[in-house]
Amino acid sequence: MIGPLQGLGARTLEGLARLGRAGGFLLPLLAAVPAQFLAPRRLAKQVFSVGVLSLVIILVSGLFVGMVLGLQGYNTLVDFGSESSLGIVVALSLVRELGPVLSALLFAGRAGSALTAEIGLMKATEQLSALEMMAVDPFRRVLAPRWLAGFISLPLLAAVFSAVGILGGYLVGVKLLGLDPAPYWSHMESGVDFFDDILNGVIKSVVFGAVVTWVAVFEGYDAVPTAEGVGRATTRTVVTASLAVLGADFLLTALMFGEP
Amino acid sequence: MQSRTVELWVGLFVALGLAALAFLSVRASNLAEYRDGDAYTVVARFENIGSLRVRAPVTVAGVRVGRVAAIDFDNEQFKAVVKLAITARYDNLPQDTVAAIRTAGLIGEQFIGLDPGGAPDPLKDGDEIEITQSALVIEQLIGQFLYGQAGKSDKEGSK
Repeated sequence: MIGPLQGLGARTLEGLARLGRAGGFLLPLLAAVPAQFLAPRRLAKQVFSVGVLSLVIILVSGLFVGMVLGLQGYNTLVDFGSESSLGIVVALSLVRELGPVLSALLFAGRAGSALTAEIGLMKATEQLSALEMMAVDPFRRVLAPRWLAGFISLPLLAAVFSAVGILGGYLVGVKLLGLDPAPYWSHMESGVDFFDDILNGVIKSVVFGAVVTWVAVFEGYDAVPTAEGVGRATTRTVVTASLAVLGADFLLTALMFGEP
Repeated sequence: MQSRTVELWVGLFVALGLAALAFLSVRASNLAEYRDGDAYTVVARFENIGSLRVRAPVTVAGVRVGRVAAIDFDNEQFKAVVKLAITARYDNLPQDTVAAIRTAGLIGEQFIGLDPGGAPDPLKDGDEIEITQSALVIEQLIGQFLYGQAGKSDKEGSK
């Protein structure tokens, strides 16, 4: 009886300690951000590895999600004779919800895990300690550029996701199922509000980008410096970042769209 | 990879992202409407607006001429006050124009259809449309129909 209880207590304390470390980790990270704009090339390199390399998966997923939405939406709406509303259904679900959230989840899997593995490996091969030894701040040189790159990349990726998804819905609804193209676009235009829907989606994806890369960078930095430790940290990044995105999404949605 | 190639790719990526955002804002949202902001407002009071919402279209002869800017409730007349923002170009609508709440299709969105009358003076900013026609509420129609049927069968029963 004592054993499992003690285990639970130990795990809770360990979890709290990790949360505390992650919070404390945020301060030097934030402090190192302004210096990044002085080294745009280093930032560009990170945007490349975080953003550009995630582009293929975002494009393909966005297209297919849009096509599925088009197909499912059409099949449901046609029963009520309102299949002309397909455009607004596809656009609103993508812009408000699926674009930011699915991009963030894919981003956590593709870029977040890569970040954790890279930083964890740097730690395991003592490159981070070597930097510190040379009086180079690893936060400034290694961690902050990667974090900032996530901030910049995810909103762009989410916008690409939504745009490609809307085109995918158009492809299926209009080109395949023979819907009239005019109401597809005009209903979308009248139903989607720029400030309420699109801008809120962008704000969401900025927050998700910050959360995912924060988790990824922290897990890498906090990893046990062995091959096994880095592997575990990578897995943990994907799980924690995905859960954090879903939780943050609920909070943000309640804040943004909660009241009529 | 060479730093020039990296920069080129990043440039392409940022351009693509911004293009996607521009596509969303111009093609998939009502941002264009905010641009042609010149509009005048007229007020219409309705007994019942059904499920009319802010931003619903206002049409004349099926052509969109504006949108619903605000919906409020008049606490004295117990009517819904609907503010219509009509594009400045369409400034020749007669004062006795009729505003009716209509539904697109059977269960589509509700919009306001304007039927121009014959008065010589046009509607101006802040004017009120006097003649209005409320939304058709399907429940009321069904209710009336059922009452009608019940009345009929009562009569038949008493014969």
